[in-house]
This record gives sequence, structure tokens and C-alpha cells, in this order.
Amino acid sequence: MKPSSHNWKIACLPFFVVGLVVSLVAWASSSPINSSPQTPALTEGNSFSNTVSQVDQFFVKQWSEKETAPSEIADDLILLRRLSLALHGTIPSLEEIREFENMQGENRIERWTQKLLEDRRFADYFSERLTRAYVGVSQGQFVIFRRDRFKAWLSEQIQANTPYDELVRKLIAGEGLWTGDPETNYITQAVSDGNLDRNKLTGSTVRAFLGQRIDCAQCHDHPFDHWKQTDFEGLTAFYGQVEIQVLGVRQNKKLTYEVEDRETLKKRTVSPQVPFLNECLPQEGTLREKLAAWVTHPQNRRFERASANRIWGLLFGVPYINPVDDLPAPTDLSQSPPDLLDILGQDFRENGYDIKRMIQIIVGSKPFHLSSTSANDEPVQIERATGNWALFPLVRLRPEQIIGSMLQASSLKTIDQNSNIFMRGRRFFSEIDFVREYGDLGSDELDDFPGTIPQALLRMNGEFARDNGSASPLNSVGRIARFDISNEKRIETCFLVCLTRLPTSLESEHFVKQYQAASNQNQRIKITEDLFWALYNSPEFSWNH
Amino acid sequence: MFDSNFLSNKISRRDLCKVAMGSTLSFMLPGFDLIAAQKRGPERRKSVIILWMGGGPSQLETWDPHPGTVIGGPGTAIKTVVPGLQISDMYPLLAEQLDSMSVIRSMVSKEGDHERGTRYLKTGYRPEPTTVYPALGAIITHQAPASDLEIPQHISMGNTQFPARGGYLGGHLDAFRVQDPGNNIGNMRAGIEPPRQNRRLDNLNVVSQAFQKGRMIQTRKTLHQSTIDRALTMMSSEQLNAFEIEKEPESVRKAYGDSSFGRGCLVARRLVEQGVHSIEVNLSGWDSHANNFTGHQTQAALLDPAFSSLLKDLKARDLLDSTIVLCIGEFGRTPKINPLEGRDHWPTGFSCIVGGGGLKGNVVIGETDPTGKEKKPTEPVQIQDLYATILQKLNIDYQKELISPIGRPLALSEGSPIAKLI
Repeated sequence: MKPSSHNWKIACLPFFVVGLVVSLVAWASSSPINSSPQTPALTEGNSFSNTVSQVDQFFVKQWSEKETAPSEIADDLILLRRLSLALHGTIPSLEEIREFENMQGENRIERWTQKLLEDRRFADYFSERLTRAYVGVSQGQFVIFRRDRFKAWLSEQIQANTPYDELVRKLIAGEGLWTGDPETNYITQAVSDGNLDRNKLTGSTVRAFLGQRIDCAQCHDHPFDHWKQTDFEGLTAFYGQVEIQVLGVRQNKKLTYEVEDRETLKKRTVSPQVPFLNECLPQEGTLREKLAAWVTHPQNRRFERASANRIWGLLFGVPYINPVDDLPAPTDLSQSPPDLLDILGQDFRENGYDIKRMIQIIVGSKPFHLSSTSANDEPVQIERATGNWALFPLVRLRPEQIIGSMLQASSLKTIDQNSNIFMRGRRFFSEIDFVREYGDLGSDELDDFPGTIPQALLRMNGEFARDNGSASPLNSVGRIARFDISNEKRIETCFLVCLTRLPTSLESEHFVKQYQAASNQNQRIKITEDLFWALYNSPEFSWNH
Repeated sequence: MFDSNFLSNKISRRDLCKVAMGSTLSFMLPGFDLIAAQKRGPERRKSVIILWMGGGPSQLETWDPHPGTVIGGPGTAIKTVVPGLQISDMYPLLAEQLDSMSVIRSMVSKEGDHERGTRYLKTGYRPEPTTVYPALGAIITHQAPASDLEIPQHISMGNTQFPARGGYLGGHLDAFRVQDPGNNIGNMRAGIEPPRQNRRLDNLNVVSQAFQKGRMIQTRKTLHQSTIDRALTMMSSEQLNAFEIEKEPESVRKAYGDSSFGRGCLVARRLVEQGVHSIEVNLSGWDSHANNFTGHQTQAALLDPAFSSLLKDLKARDLLDSTIVLCIGEFGRTPKINPLEGRDHWPTGFSCIVGGGGLKGNVVIGETDPTGKEKKPTEPVQIQDLYATILQKLNIDYQKELISPIGRPLALSEGSPIAKLI
């Protein structure tokens, strides 16, 4: 047996011994329903609906210009699945589906989104996504880089809804120790071999916050863009006074930034300089504070556009402009009409750089509601419709989403921070193992990538899939198999739990026949296991649609 | 290649029969078809086996000993079958098998960090944030695909933090990982009786068809079905036997050593016989910042029997002519011995063994300073030069340019072949 796949079991052992009694008591006495069921209040006025309709008009115009008709509006359950995958990284539980079905009144999707955004799972899931964009996936040099602390800090900021510009300024200009002031890990991630790689910091700052790939300009002028090597050096000089010492990340005003000339091999001093919008650079503050203010300056439209592109990408699985960090320069709005990123960006800027609001706007706009099915089967037209967001794209789920969904589907109740400790422990360790075996996407997570044979084998034959798909008295397979309900209802429940939809009549017939041929409980259990296996391995399960 | 009835009963039944035969009746089958082993001359497919020494082995305790000097440590050197070549005395078995292999003692890198060093040494390109470069094995698989293989063409065995990746060429070229070679075939077989597997595939067909409705074009593009199809073919392939070493005589298994690395080398030989292109066998544990000398003894006890048996077997089967074997790690270790009796990272002037596949053998390239004062070795060899050499010997045009996803033309290797090895 592979030792690595048992790590979580071994690691859980102390939990198990110590936590058993406490948890069982807590479990037994806890309410099965989330303790805060209050209906989330919607707080937005005209400007919100104005922006949504501006986005809608933008697309309606584009669709008519490109002669591509939008697909039909998707079913609410499909939207539910999209939302849970984008915001929590899992599919909705049966418990959540039932709760949604019981919701009354208008704007159900909007209110449901609000609920998901307030759930701690949103902050945790988004912090992992953004952590990847900011510092990558490497665990780095443990002594001075604590990715876990950074991620937890980011999660707190998202939960508190810290304005995004403020958050970014803290990252760029933060001072202190990587443990006590976790935002400084943004700086210490760039340490390799004991040296702070300032070029890496510049590259990641410009890519993550301004959506531009400037890295090539580190060694030469960008071959097909306007970046010059001097731009890169000038920006890097803003990181020239950072120092990492025992007391943490500090500014040292005595330091100057020097580069070695590649031709003459002589050292020359470079002074801090921004490549454009010099007027947005403040007079006061440390070099990094100045840089932070410039990056997030309201007039620096690259910042809001890059943010909008990333958030759009996290909701749809593909950024509006791909790749997520290689955006064209903003256009002159007095000459040409705003594009989607300008519209979203302006709203973002005018409303306190509120991530949750931007998510609500995207969710509220037409493209998010469109079906991924089309009556058309002309490749060219499908291509055009997808390219213009007139058809919801099929997007492969990330490894974390697959494992999250498999775990969630194995339970009828929602797995969240209120779940018992075993469930959460299982999620934590299974995720690490599974993601490693499935192939981590690293920080290039919004790139398109093909499925692989090892992934198919892992889903079909892997230990985790086997454990999850075998009936037990506690998991959904075992419980659904043993429920005293009609076979149709049983099949329906399996489909809702795994695919968040009801079976088609063909599907239902196929499985009813199997159940009817079953003569005892044991056979019924095996049929349910095989039904689950098929649902887990279906393309529908591993793709957002 | 896309068939909407991708899981039609006909295919799955045939496959299932194969599963049945593979799992229960395999002992009755005749020896399986050894694609590579039956071919000779230019027809024969070439393979590469990389023995990856994770953590960075000390050149002084392996292929570049300087006994009796300040930096030499307690070990001595022994003669090998190659005239004039001496290696560490911890490798008596290997010393007998090094004919037709060459030693480079002047490998130079610029990366002294494990991750960056490994990425550089495995790809021939120094890591950078905007491009993930493909490993040598992925380049070979990409350039010379083997359509008759039902099992992966690029395989990595044993535990490693940084397995060979497909990089910008795509995740499908990532090395197929076998964590516990020779012991555990892992996810490669269904682990369920054929009738139930058949029912599962039937179910999957029904559910997949429902999803395809209205998404015909899009679902085809996902390749989900063809990936599952290929996985099923592999699950029922007789070629999977290459991963199973129980049928090897006990004396052979013993000779390689009963370790993950030893079993991995034996599986590697079986994979080469099957025609697999690129195989990586990992042996980690070389990062000897403390107790360098005892640490290297432990490692040598694993490496010496496995490496020497592999070479011996390849020669006996006439496979060394078509198989390049390379033994290398991400860097070497400092000549200076630190207060903990350890050696630290040393990316300049470290050693590797390479040979087979038509490369010139019995060559020793480069020398390091026996006093350890001079950092630079003579005749320094860049990793990209080594890879250009290997690619050329595989008849792959190393100068060929591919376009990376950000539109940058990149040569397969930026190096130039090492004249002494061609």
C-alpha cells in the first residue's frame, strides 16, 4: 500500500483518541441545521442594478454584432452548482438543495449568493485561489515563509471584506515578521537561496495586480509589447530598500538598488521610476508605500481591470481575457466605448473595491445565467458563441473542486466549518493527497489544461474513490441504498447528491430496471455503488457547465 | 477518433475479457510481446532511463573521488573496467559494469536550491515564472510518440517531490507516476469483478449520453471520453505486466536489491523491453548537510546493486545500444566538509554517468580541483549540452523550435552536443 495515502489516517489518530468523546457529545447535541438560518439581507441600490444592466447591454450589443444568439436560461439548480463550485469549491449538498428549494420570494439566486458569500467557506476557498496568484503554491523556505499564515490572513481579510485596494497595499508595503504580520510573506516568498529576489517581486506584483507580464523585460525589452528593460528595473528599484532580518521585513533607507549591466558587467545604480502615470506616485512614504499607492491608484485602470478579469475568471473558470495576467493596455475611454473590464472596474472603484459586490454583479448579469447547451451543433458557431459568452463554457474542475465535490457527494449534510472534526480532518488530508496525485495546477490555475490518464485512473480505481463509493452506514451511498423509499426516489436522490440535477427519463428507466432485478438489500447496495461510480466518473461531474 | 458510443458493449466486453485474463489467468499466458526487445538495428525504438539522485549526491563520494586530499574525506577510490577511470570504493559492483559508459566530472549549473536546481536539471532550462519548461522525458515523448503502446510512454518511479512534468507541452506529457514500483500496481487495474465493471461502464455510458445532449461539440472537445477510453485500454493491457516483477527469477530481484529503487530499476528494464520511451527512477536522500559519509554509504548500498544490475541486464539483452542511461542529481556537494561532517550544495563541478544508446563510451570529461579551491572545473559542461547530445542520439532535432503558450519560440534544447560523446 502507498504510505502517502494513509498519512491522513495516521495523522488523525491522536485526534481520534482525544476528540472521540468530546466530539460525539458535541455531535449528538448539535443541531443538524446551520445555526444561523437568517435570510441574508440584500443591500444595494440603483448603482448596483445600473451596473448589471450596463454589463447586460454590453453583451446584448456584442451578441447582435457578432450574430450569435445567447443560449437559453439555465435551470436554478445548475446555477446553484455553478455558485457552490465557484465560491466554495464544492458542489451543493442535498441539505443545501432542499434549503434553496424552500426559499420563498423574489431574487432567490441573489439571496442565495449572498448566503454563500457570508459563509466562511467562501473566504477560505477564495483565499487559496488568491494565495496562488500572489505567492504561488510552493511551501518555500519554511523559516522565513509561512504560506499557511499568509492564507489564513487573507481569509480573514476576505471574511471582513477589506477593500481590495487596501488589501493589496498591505501586501506590497507590509512590514514586520512573517508569523505575526502574515502579509509580509508576500515579500519573503521571493527569497531563494538566502537572497531576496527583487526581480521576482516586481514580476509577481505586476502580474498579480496589474495583469501584465513584464517578466521578459527583466533581461531585454519586451519583444511585442511596450515594456522596456528600464521599466522593469525602475519598478524593481521600489523594492530596493526592503531588507529581511531577524525582526522581519523592514525598509532600510540606506540601501540603493544596483544592477549589473549585462554588456559591461559593471554595477550601476537604478532609481525608482514608474513606467507610466507618474502623477499617481505620491511624494510621501517609503518606496514600497509609494509603489503600493501607485499600483492601486484610482487612475491606474490596469488595477481595476486586472481585478475584474481575475474575479470573472474565478466565477466562470476562464478569465474574460485569457491569460489572466496578460491584458492589453487600457483604451482611451473618450475614443472608444468601455469594454466589460472597464464597466466592472469602474463599479469596483466607485464602490470601495468590494470583491463581494463585484461577484454579485457578475452573478446577476446575463452570461452567468446562460445554459451550456445549444441547439446548434456547428463547431464554428459553438466556438463563436462560447467566445462571446453567449454560451456558458464547459470548464474542467480544479483538483480541489473535484475532491471537494466527491467528499460533499459522500455526505447528505453540508460539509463546512460546522461539520464534525472527523469530516473536516478527512477533507483536509484527503485534499492534500488527492490534489498531489491528481496533479496540482500551481499558480497557472486559470489556464486550460487537458485531462490525463492518471486522473481518470484515480477517479475510477483510486483508493479515495473506492472508500467514498463503498456503502457505509454513514455515507450517502450506504444511506440512500438503505432508505425505505421508492426506487425512482432513490435514483433521484443519487443524481441530486452527485450532479445537482434530476435524472432524465432514460436514465431513470435504466437504473429502475437494475433495482427491480435486485432481490435483496445487498444487491441494492451494490447497484447504488455502481450508480454512484458512474456519476463520479461522468464528464458532467468533473466539468462546470 | 471520437466515437459517441465510446463505451460500446463490444469494446468493453473485449476489454473485460482482457482484464479477466490479466488478473486471474495471467500465469497461463505465453510471454507477452516485447516490442523493443524483438527489433534490431535502426528499427528499434530508443529509450532513455534517468536515474534521478534527488537531493544532490556528492561527486567526491561517487564518481569523482579525490582520496587522500583535504577535501577527499575518509573514502578511497577503486579501479573500474574503464582504463584510467576510478570511482568511489563504495561502488564495487558498478566498477565492473562501466564499460561503454562515460563519466562527466564537470557539470555546471547556476541553481543551488533543490527545487530550482531540479527544474533546471530536468528540463535544461533555468526556471522562470512565466514559462513551465518540459522535462527531457516529456520532450522525447512529444517528439517521438509510440502509437503501439497501451501504457504511458513517460514514466516516473519512486517518491519524488518534483517529478518530470510536461510543462508547456501539456499535462498529458507529465510522467506517469508509480509510487511503489514492483509492489503495487496502484490504480492501474479496476479492482472489481468483470460483471460489475461492465455494469459500471454501461451506467457511465447512459449518464454521459445524457450530458452530451445539446453539448455534442463541447463534450468532444473536453476529451473526457477519449481519456477514459485510453485509461480503460491501459487497465486491460497485457503490457501492464511490465510493471509486475513477481515473474522475474528471485536471483534477479535479489541482484537489483529489495528496495523501491532496486525494484524501480528492474521495472525500468522491463519497460524498456516493452518499448517505453522515457523512464525516470528516483532515489532521494542525498541531501547530506550532516553525516555525509555514512549517508552516502547507505545510498551506495541501494544504488550500486541496482545500477550495476540494470547495466548488466541491458547489455545481456543487447538493449544498451538502444537505451541511454543517465545517472544525475540536481547538483553536487561542497568540497569543504562542514563541522557536522556534512557537505552543502555545490552547483559547479559535479558529476554524472551517461552512456548507451550509441553514445561514445569509456570517456571521462572534465576535472575538478583536488584542493577544492578552484570552483570551476576544466571543460565545463552545461546541462543543456548534455540534453542536446541525448536528443541528437535519439534522432530528435534538438534545435527544433516549438512555440510556447505565450508565443515565444523555444528550441528543444539551447545547448550543443558534446563532441567527445558523439
